[in-house]
Amino acid sequence: MAVLSAFFRWLRRNLVVIAGLVTLAYLLLPNVVVTVFSFNKPKGRFNYSWQEFSLDAWKDPCGVADMCGSLSLSLQIAFWATLGATALGTMIAFALVRYRFRARGAVNSLIFLPMAMPEVVMAASLLTLFLNMGAQLGFWTVLIAHIMFCLSFVVTAVKARVMSMDPRLEQAAQDLYAGPVQTFLRVTLPIAAPGIAAGALLAFALSFDDFIITNFNAGSTVTFPMFVWGSAQRGTPVQINVIGTAMFLIAVLLVVAGMLVGMRRKKKSL
Amino acid sequence: MSTLTEAAPPEADEPPARPPRKRGRLVPYWLLLPGILWLLVFFALPLVYQASTSVQTGSLEEGYKVTWHFATYWDALGDYWPQFLRSVLYAGAATILCLLLGYPLAYLIAFRAGRWRNLILVLVIAPFFTSFLIRTLAWKTILADGGPVVGALNNLHLLDVTNWLGATDGDRVLATPLAVVCGLTYNFLPFMILPLYTSLERIDGRLHEAAGDLYARPSTTFRKVTFPLSMPGVVSGTLLTFIPAAGDYVNADLLGSTDTRMVGNVIQTQFLRILDYPTAAALSFILMAAILLMVTFYIRKAGTEDLV
Repeated sequence: MAVLSAFFRWLRRNLVVIAGLVTLAYLLLPNVVVTVFSFNKPKGRFNYSWQEFSLDAWKDPCGVADMCGSLSLSLQIAFWATLGATALGTMIAFALVRYRFRARGAVNSLIFLPMAMPEVVMAASLLTLFLNMGAQLGFWTVLIAHIMFCLSFVVTAVKARVMSMDPRLEQAAQDLYAGPVQTFLRVTLPIAAPGIAAGALLAFALSFDDFIITNFNAGSTVTFPMFVWGSAQRGTPVQINVIGTAMFLIAVLLVVAGMLVGMRRKKKSL
Repeated sequence: MSTLTEAAPPEADEPPARPPRKRGRLVPYWLLLPGILWLLVFFALPLVYQASTSVQTGSLEEGYKVTWHFATYWDALGDYWPQFLRSVLYAGAATILCLLLGYPLAYLIAFRAGRWRNLILVLVIAPFFTSFLIRTLAWKTILADGGPVVGALNNLHLLDVTNWLGATDGDRVLATPLAVVCGLTYNFLPFMILPLYTSLERIDGRLHEAAGDLYARPSTTFRKVTFPLSMPGVVSGTLLTFIPAAGDYVNADLLGSTDTRMVGNVIQTQFLRILDYPTAAALSFILMAAILLMVTFYIRKAGTEDLV
């Protein structure tokens, strides 16, 4: 009896931990399934039920027609979209934090609205614009769309960093006879860099994984998410799971490496 | 004003002949110009085009003309009100589930994780790096007919409850509203957890101690101290979940059936397959207006103006 009541007391104290871990399991379960099924050898066209263990897909990741092409296209679009959105977004963020100007409220809402708009609305309206202008749907229309919806996220990330920056550091640099360009390159930019990097990373992830806006504006161009979408109709090759697993592992490794470097730096500076 | 000009980044290389402030004043506009122009042309202008398309009549062959045909809106609402209703219901259910599931995890990361905090945060974000379509397809395997999950739900008689609610049909989960809500909840859960965590993490731990010192039980502390202080996170989390969920058509398409179509599915088919642009534009406009109205009302009610 005492054991039982002790157990219930323990349960009550740790209920939130257990509930939290259940949620974490719910979040990670699909990734586990994706990884396990990358070693599957499915019968038929769909990779939804377990048959037998095989390394075939891992040995030949590009063995499916058009998949690696769509992957490289997605990477290219994500690269250029990140570059464009980060450049434009960083400039806006600096203007918003550092200057007072007319129409600030309008600028703020113009940046907030794309984030508060369902993707399908932006996708559909952008397609109406392109159709009205007679634009050829493809790489360029997708790139334009991606820069558009990544921009607001970059602004938010960079703004947060620049706002917490001490303006006296720049004044100090100028007091020490640093020219404007020198101050910007050697003081302002390095301090703002983590915010810019966070914004760029977010933009890359958003662009690489975007489906809805791309689906509307890509015409016959096929990005990786669109390839996956198409394969859900035609038949899912195991190689999709290989790519999904590899991306997950690379991301986790990069983040862990980054954390270790950060910890070592902290230790050194102590 | 003077402190602002002092702190100004020095892109403007002042020529000595000019008064220094005049050219500096233009700097913010030059910084804003390219990005704002991009948003005006590719975000705001398309909305204007869409509004005009929604009141046009005509056909693909003969071209469309603006005839101020507002009846398109009434017809669209009359034909597709079930899909609108479903979008609101599914997105609402997913938002509530996200809050119920996400809060304990955010709380765990903020207060109970100790040195595991960063690792758990990484695990919350890491799934993002696998394409969400691949992860959504994985739910087809997890919820497969006769699979372990469906079997367990059946044995616990939970399927009887969801059958009664109309969320499932017989002993299937796939291709039912439950599967769609489950997919929506899964896909947007991190957007709930992260803002919740940010606002929980800011709470001063001494407030909890103070509440305890004043003889508040843990549940009272949560109700009167922790939860009210986490309201900004709750508000932005629910918005970040509800808005994309209401417009989503991927989950309804991959995990649902023709009986679970949401408004996003209709917009997609009208636009990309049936090519009925006025109806699609009208539907998209109604969705946008409905969401903006709900968001404004909700923010007023919840009383947090500073969300971004």
